[in-house]
Amino acid sequence: MEIISKRIGWSIFLIALAGLTALPIAYVAVAILTPTLDVWVHLWQTTLGEMFANTFFLMFGVGLGTMVLGTLLAWLVVVYDFPGKGFFDWALILPLAVPGYVMAFIALSIFNFTGPVQTAFRGWFGSGIWFPDIRSGFGVFIVMTLVLYPYVYLLARAAFLEQGATLIDAARSLGFNRTRAFFKVVLPMARPSIAVGVALAVMEAIADVGAVTTLGFPTLSSGVYRIWVGFFDEKAALELAGVLLVIALILLFLEKKLRGRARYYQELGRSIKAEPVTLSNWRRWGITALCSTVLAVSFGLPLAQLGIWAFGQIQVGALQARYLEFTLNTLGLAVIAALITIFIALLLAYGKRLNKGKTIGSAIQISAMGYAIPGAVVGIGIIAAIISGQTILNSIYSFFSDNKAPILSGSVTVLIYAYIVRFMAVAYRPTEASLEKVTPNMDMASRNLGKSPLSTLRLIHFPLLKVGLLTGAVLVFIDVMKEQPATLLLRPLGKETLATRVWQLTNESLWEAAALPAITIVLAGVIPIIFLMRASSGKSRKTTNITVEEIGLEGDI
Amino acid sequence: MAISISILRKIIIPCLAILVLFAGACERGSGSGDKVSEEKEEVVVYSSRIEELIKPAFDAFTKETGIKVKYTTGKEEELLQRLKAEGENSPADILITVDAGNLWRAAENEVFQPIESAILSENIPENLRDQENRWFALTIRSRTIMYNTEKVSPEELSTYEALGDSKWKERLALRTSAKVYNQSLVASMIASLGEEEAEKVVKGWMANDPEIFGSDVKMLEAMAAGQKDVAIANTYYLGRLLKEDPELPLAVFWPNQDDRGAHVNVSGAGITKNSPNKDNAVKLLEFLSSAKAQKMFAETNIEYPVNPDAELHELLKEWGDFKRDDLNVSELGSNQVEAVKIMDRAGYK
Repeated sequence: MEIISKRIGWSIFLIALAGLTALPIAYVAVAILTPTLDVWVHLWQTTLGEMFANTFFLMFGVGLGTMVLGTLLAWLVVVYDFPGKGFFDWALILPLAVPGYVMAFIALSIFNFTGPVQTAFRGWFGSGIWFPDIRSGFGVFIVMTLVLYPYVYLLARAAFLEQGATLIDAARSLGFNRTRAFFKVVLPMARPSIAVGVALAVMEAIADVGAVTTLGFPTLSSGVYRIWVGFFDEKAALELAGVLLVIALILLFLEKKLRGRARYYQELGRSIKAEPVTLSNWRRWGITALCSTVLAVSFGLPLAQLGIWAFGQIQVGALQARYLEFTLNTLGLAVIAALITIFIALLLAYGKRLNKGKTIGSAIQISAMGYAIPGAVVGIGIIAAIISGQTILNSIYSFFSDNKAPILSGSVTVLIYAYIVRFMAVAYRPTEASLEKVTPNMDMASRNLGKSPLSTLRLIHFPLLKVGLLTGAVLVFIDVMKEQPATLLLRPLGKETLATRVWQLTNESLWEAAALPAITIVLAGVIPIIFLMRASSGKSRKTTNITVEEIGLEGDI
Repeated sequence: MAISISILRKIIIPCLAILVLFAGACERGSGSGDKVSEEKEEVVVYSSRIEELIKPAFDAFTKETGIKVKYTTGKEEELLQRLKAEGENSPADILITVDAGNLWRAAENEVFQPIESAILSENIPENLRDQENRWFALTIRSRTIMYNTEKVSPEELSTYEALGDSKWKERLALRTSAKVYNQSLVASMIASLGEEEAEKVVKGWMANDPEIFGSDVKMLEAMAAGQKDVAIANTYYLGRLLKEDPELPLAVFWPNQDDRGAHVNVSGAGITKNSPNKDNAVKLLEFLSSAKAQKMFAETNIEYPVNPDAELHELLKEWGDFKRDDLNVSELGSNQVEAVKIMDRAGYK
């Protein structure tokens, strides 16, 4: 009896938690049920087709681009030996620290008509020379692929590290050459991780408003803004955002397909450290060249440009005391949001695993969609939730006390709530993917040995999950640092973050001044990345071995 | 029993921590409930004008009156959303926003309250105030024609409409229609010329295959570098560029001087419906409309003051006087939706 009621209580708690995270999204989804017809008719006659086409272009382009680039780089770095391997191993994740809206205006400044590249070209080739327009779908595709491939790289790399060696050896012992082994055995095994990475990248791409606006590429997300601002119509804007939710659903469906139905488990104690393959000289250097080029363009270039501008700003005296305040605000919010989000993600993932019920699963899917819609839309959904919450709070206070109820809007709590809703996917997916790799046999074995689910979590799963959790936490941290629209909307009076400072300045076309907060965002993201990489390459294998010894089990479980 | 201790540690404690966070973070609001309802010497402003452009004037106000100004900045539509969500609990006294369309929209959303102030009525011309005194313009900018002095002579220019002439093919640069400034420009044409004519004008511009830019500054820089010859932009952006580099081959041209005049737009403010510090807010607005503050307020961004008694920035004096479109600027708001539809239909991105 006790056990059952505890389980039911537990389920209810988890469903409520997932529900709360999904609530703002639900509000957005509901809006589309009562469409504002005249806006839709106008859209249909004019820009809707283009917005759809562009959004799909982005989905497929960025999906394919990040998949190929991320997987290729991960494979090269894990399997082959080449000059700089140790450096590139972690450095290739760095572009993640550059916000898309920053990369876009840097790309624009460097590659547009008045920028250094075209000016040089005109100097060499004369003024009539053609140059590709960065302010286009092509430009957006390049910018986003470069900034988002680390999602795929990170997750593919982890998958290859975990399973690569064993599988290659097995495949080769069966007569496959390396390439066949890769495509036929290793790649399929890494599918779940790659699928998660690609889904995250694509969701972020379609939700982006900053980069597509800067580069003049109308998508559904920028359309949401156009309706909100131009048509003075929040409701219609929400309806268009609802379309994005539908696309997100399709995306999640595709991702599930890509992951496949087979269950992939990690075998304890089988992860032998792979011996990196040595290649002929020109091939080795070829790999180094590829990695260097990618890193130089996606991270080196923005860092250099921001550095030059920021340096100029510091000389002018921009490094005031308030700057430290902005930085601390940003870091504080990011840390709190990351910890809470990953904690909730773990609870939800674990709850879903234990209960296998449909309700939790669906609620989690809904909350994960927060990543696919523009941050401002999540903000509006949160505001709707606040209005209801405030009404309830007001009634409670008027009933029980003479004081006015505290105002929810503009409190740090609500801002953190917004981050949780927005970034749940980023925390949840890697956690779930990690958890999925743990075989149910281990659960059963552990239970047979008398351990409760919680102890199983603590002793068995947690060490195996550490990397997944850490990855999720670092990704949320970086995402919160970069987050602009929801923060602008919901932040407390007088509280600025680095990202809101960037907005203030770029809004008035003061890009050089924006470089100082922008480069701080980038540099602050570098540290957790290094931390993550150290933790994930050293620890996971060590922990696995210790666990094996602790339990005293060997061979197949 | 060991199990429940684990539960305690793992779940309840983090939940408590979250609740404590919640309580601490919400405390901000309860302050106003604890004290007796005396007006604290402060005023709270929500502004879509960035900090750099409003702080100097606010500091001057505090120095003169001792009233503290607290503010937050953000995008117009988002501030409006926030005000609506906060409702009667809102701590905001004033909403400052840019572009008459946004002021009109805020008034339509019943976010402002009408103000009777002799000082404001005296300092601010009638066409730059809401007819029901819900909001007041504080600075003026003109969205006007700018040209490359090495490629174009002023005799070739006349009106906004004339930019659709085929001689400007491939030579025209425009900012994206997504920016509210252009939406207001087209709205002003709807008000003067009617929907059909306005749509023809926009289609005329599009027929010249204009280069679309995401920002006025980038557009003007490109024009100076020779990419295009003529553009429509806000006066203060050119002002800013010329201030940094007076040698730039760019100049301003005042169109439609024989008919309605050059298009002007405003930034402005109004007092919120549930303003907790109304008297202080009125004082702040009156201060911002005074000649002294107007000079300062407009100078930080090279804009035109609304107060006819205020002194102009030198650069603006150099550009000289011009006929302004004296439309009541609320019409920029009431025609905005149709303006966006026209731009969509004409394929103006």
